Amino acid sequence: MGTLLEVKDLRTQFFTQDGVVNAVNGISYTLDEGETLGIVGESGCGKSVGVMSLIRLIPMPPGRVVGGEVWFEGRDLLKLDDDEIRQVRGNRIAMIFQDPMTSLNPVLTIGRQISEALELHMGMDKQQARTRSAELLALVGIPGAEGRLDDYPHQFSGGMRQRVMIAMGLSCNPQLLIADEPTTALDVTIQAQIVELVKKLRDEIGMAIIWITHDLGVVAGLADRMIVMYAGFIVEESAVKELYVNPRHPYTLGLLGSLPRLDEERPSRLRSIEGLPPDLIDLPPGCPFYARCSHRIERCLQENPPLETVGPHHRVACWVDVNEVAA
Amino acid sequence: MNEPTTMSNRQDILLRVEGLKMWFPITSGLFQRTVGHIKAVDGVDFHVFHGETLGLVGESGCGKSTTGRAILQLNRPTEGHIYFGDVDLTTMKGDDLRKQRRRMQMIFQDPYASLNPRMTVGAIVGEPLEVHGIGSKQENRERVQELLRIVGLNPYFVNRYPHEFSGGQRQRIGVARALAVNPEFIVLDEPISALDVSIQAQVINLLEDLQSEFGLTYLFIAHDLSVVRHISDRIAVMYLGKIVELTDRNELYAHPLHPYTVALLSAVPIPDPVIEEKRRRIILEGDVPSPANPPKGCNFSTRCPRVMDICREKDPEFKDHGNGHFVACYLYD
Repeated sequence: MGTLLEVKDLRTQFFTQDGVVNAVNGISYTLDEGETLGIVGESGCGKSVGVMSLIRLIPMPPGRVVGGEVWFEGRDLLKLDDDEIRQVRGNRIAMIFQDPMTSLNPVLTIGRQISEALELHMGMDKQQARTRSAELLALVGIPGAEGRLDDYPHQFSGGMRQRVMIAMGLSCNPQLLIADEPTTALDVTIQAQIVELVKKLRDEIGMAIIWITHDLGVVAGLADRMIVMYAGFIVEESAVKELYVNPRHPYTLGLLGSLPRLDEERPSRLRSIEGLPPDLIDLPPGCPFYARCSHRIERCLQENPPLETVGPHHRVACWVDVNEVAA
Repeated sequence: MNEPTTMSNRQDILLRVEGLKMWFPITSGLFQRTVGHIKAVDGVDFHVFHGETLGLVGESGCGKSTTGRAILQLNRPTEGHIYFGDVDLTTMKGDDLRKQRRRMQMIFQDPYASLNPRMTVGAIVGEPLEVHGIGSKQENRERVQELLRIVGLNPYFVNRYPHEFSGGQRQRIGVARALAVNPEFIVLDEPISALDVSIQAQVINLLEDLQSEFGLTYLFIAHDLSVVRHISDRIAVMYLGKIVELTDRNELYAHPLHPYTVALLSAVPIPDPVIEEKRRRIILEGDVPSPANPPKGCNFSTRCPRVMDICREKDPEFKDHGNGHFVACYLYD
């Protein structure tokens, strides 16, 4: 499979009254066609900003992509003008967001909202777009799809609204679907419905997916590869099976240890990560995880470790070999 | 049942909830006539043993938070009784009720909305002491500093305001406030849902330490089954205003009886790709019905994969199926 997306040294900053917020600090990765990439991390780690920067959805001002390249289908997305990027957004690259209530327009019917993209990007007329909208709603499992085209968003439940969002996302046969915490606002049984739906559609349509989440559980069954972010840096990148069995960054280890798990005998205590993430306005010169790290050495305070290959498809940014310390 | 703490306190019931109903009126028209009711909690019975943690799980709108609020009389129940020790809270008013309130406290979900932004941390944590007229000013100041130390915050933070703290630290302030009056019983309403994973573990560990140190009894309300399993001794599962299953933590996860519990457990993602690959999920069809118009018969009958004719006719009884494993389902009659 060919490479679909290549991100090189992407940097995004927000210029605020309190100072410059270093939201994304030089991240590089690639994504193959049809591949599912999970990006995990906690609030403020830059996982959403990093991906929104790709498609230039960062509010400007205060935000600005200050460096890097984003290669997609032979073009650098950061160099396109507004009209050109609009041809890519919603067409070649589609997005679904966390909150299905606020990302739908409450005063337009569902049918109208799906048709809009079809008319704009696919050049369909009203009738064609309407027929296709009904097909899309049926595809994402909305019962009585035809009859619901004239309903408004408030007439749908949370899970159904997220299905509508997915239908809109898929309307123009995108090569890449960006999903920003699409199940966080949903109940666990509805979350399971949505995850199964996305898996089914991915296998049918063959699009690539970037799935952003804070939940290491949801992506375990979904992603091929994972990226772990902390304070605007990629700290670990690995094939999904490798990451859960053999995590190499102390932060990934800590995250996995913080999770109570249904399938394990109950541990007497959770291994929590002490302390708080660093202030993104005033980042320490060394490793951003230094203050909370259980494996830190003196070198970490001075130098921020680069992301280095430690195994097949496995990159880690850490001066310490976690396995050696444990042994 | 292998925890010694649960064993020794088995007989000692601290809280007994009987036939609790909490209906909210739906009004309409110029004169706001009542045209129907939201049956948020529609007849629940359970008890909480002294020193244990009872987990209350369910999805949004199932009535778990309303149950917690009704127990503390923050909403006066429509029907039913709540026996706390030997008194019935539903019949109490005014000063009598306020005296009982010292014995029970609540910790809220949103650490941003549940602290007054114009009050200092010292004033927030000390307010329950003032309200209940405990101690002198000097004693209260010392007590507040002690409380901050107990929950792992720097005692010198007393003069700071909530906005200066992170989410996890704010939740610690909420815990300190709840502990101020030395309560016996605390209702924790999704205390960690708003926090990041690594911070969640910190707060869970803190809550467990405080429980063993002060002999607290918890009602832990949450939607996350992995977290509830970790912290609870027994667990009650709610669906649309009713408890459908209640049993020991290990029993619930090893032998769930109610089809809703089974589906709920199978929907929880496990952070392990190898297990996830092999797992067979039970995907529930459709959404939860409206509590204003619950279905006839069993509330779960509209989504149940094992529904029978009788389920659509009559509501199943909530019964003990041995060893304190309660379930409301005709499959086990």
